[in-house]
Amino acid sequence: MEQTNSQLKNQDTKSHEWDTRLHHATKATHEDWIGRGISYFCIGIIILVVASMLWFITSKGIATFTQNHVSLWKFLSGTNWAPDQGQIGALPMILGSFAVTFAAAIVATPFALGTAIFMTEISPNRGRKFLQPVIELLVGIPSVVYGFIGLAVIVPFMRHVVGGSGFGIISATFVLFVMVLPTITSMTVDSLRAVPRFYKEASLALGATRWQTVSRVILRSATSGILTAIIFGMARAFGEALAVQMVIGNAAIMPKNLISPASTLTSQLTTGIGDTIDGTLPNNALWSLALILLLMSLFFNALVRFIAKRGQLKHER
Amino acid sequence: MNAKRTDFIATVVIDLIVASVVGILFFLLAYILTAGLPHVSWSFLTGATDAFSGAGGIGVQLFNSFYLLVLTMLISVPISLGAGIYLAEYAKDNWRTSLIRSAIEVLSSLPSVVVGLFGFLLFVVKFKIGFSVISGSIALTFFNLPLLTRNIEESLSAVSRSQREAGLSLGLSKWKTELGIILPVALPGIVTGIVLSAGRVFGEAAALIYTAGQSAPVTNFADWNPMDPASPLNPFRPAETLAVHIWKVNTEGLASNAAALSAAASAVLIIAVLLFNLGARLLGNYLYRRVTASK
Repeated sequence: MEQTNSQLKNQDTKSHEWDTRLHHATKATHEDWIGRGISYFCIGIIILVVASMLWFITSKGIATFTQNHVSLWKFLSGTNWAPDQGQIGALPMILGSFAVTFAAAIVATPFALGTAIFMTEISPNRGRKFLQPVIELLVGIPSVVYGFIGLAVIVPFMRHVVGGSGFGIISATFVLFVMVLPTITSMTVDSLRAVPRFYKEASLALGATRWQTVSRVILRSATSGILTAIIFGMARAFGEALAVQMVIGNAAIMPKNLISPASTLTSQLTTGIGDTIDGTLPNNALWSLALILLLMSLFFNALVRFIAKRGQLKHER
Repeated sequence: MNAKRTDFIATVVIDLIVASVVGILFFLLAYILTAGLPHVSWSFLTGATDAFSGAGGIGVQLFNSFYLLVLTMLISVPISLGAGIYLAEYAKDNWRTSLIRSAIEVLSSLPSVVVGLFGFLLFVVKFKIGFSVISGSIALTFFNLPLLTRNIEESLSAVSRSQREAGLSLGLSKWKTELGIILPVALPGIVTGIVLSAGRVFGEAAALIYTAGQSAPVTNFADWNPMDPASPLNPFRPAETLAVHIWKVNTEGLASNAAALSAAASAVLIIAVLLFNLGARLLGNYLYRRVTASK
């Protein structure tokens, strides 16, 4: 009896061993858990950063309206910016930001389109070997260097040509034009390259000239990509701080013309945030400007998504 | 006007546009180098800055730039590597993943001044660390993470499926496959991305003005104890970088030779960024040849 019992036990442990092999995680599975944990942790950090950034800036930015009881409409439409006297009118900065953004995009788009067409349709070889590095270098130049060149070259030039101080929206436009040019160009190149080859071949086979093909077939079918590129450029221009701040003159007054000192949201932020005390109205007002920047960046993001979706629908149809 | 003539005119216009774009770049580089290089000397590169006027050398700023860069990379590369692996390997195609992707997109499209202000709010105002190397490098990490993550994800996803299947069929875990097989193959792309982002980080100023600060206290370069307040390695001292210095000299500087100073500093900055770009290309090509054994 005892023997059979131990035999049974033996059998039992044996079958039990067999069981452990099947039901317990292997070394590889453990590794995978650890790896999964690490990668989830990393992505978690990024999500945490984004969420806290949105939360902190929003809660700081709305303090002007919730704690200091400035009316939102007054903030957006007021033209007088003197936070230490309780005058919180952000319209001059909002207008300044939009003015330089649109002006830079309008000037840069033809140049970007021309360069992109050259790189994809006219001379792809030289485009890849020569223009690609040119565009990459333009992207690589830091924004303070652009600001310095604006200050050293464009501002004196404007002073010489149109008079005044030389600081103003037009100088900022020229600086931003060079800064957004590579962004718009490289994204336009991508969207032109994505146009199916047979579109072009069909058009040329019908006897269309190169320009007819480019303007009526290629540009048209790449429209959504080109619009996306322009919006990315505008987002960059809207958020650019130092280069603009160095050449625009930083006067928080309504911009009357393109050649007198003005200011943008970013320039006001960079010059002001260090001089104000945390929690006071002047400080809260600056955070509200930062909130506008944040919201505009989200808006540009949403716009890009919207255009991409429309573009997809068009292709599917 | 017939079609051929229009075509000719359009081609000429496009050629002119391209010539002017190339001209702008050459003008920029030529201007910076000719205006700046004559003022670059060994004493300029290593000398101390006059704290009041901002005149003098850029030794401390140059060191600060590199120190911040190294710290930023030490923090951001592991995180974006993990996040990149998550997106390339573990993320399922569902709403949660697309939410994560849009969060990363939002982070990458935020203006750097907003990122800097967030760093200022968090480290200087809330945690009371003050303007410091560590605040600056974490702010730069926020700025760097989304681009690096996307680059790493793209490099990993570009590796062919068969490599993954080979690893898994040998009984390796997904994680081992990723680290041992996929990562080495994707390495050239990843390294190129890291070095390019290093160039971006090196030239960034807007995110640093209110995090790493605008002052470069004279440090004692003989003192390498990171805990000592005078040590260059102390992560809690304020650290004005080269890019911030250029901005500062131009906007608030009282130096009589501000233009020459900032031209020289810009020349140094540009050369550093060019070296990063060139380095990225060469290193990427070298690694590609090593890894793929192709010529």
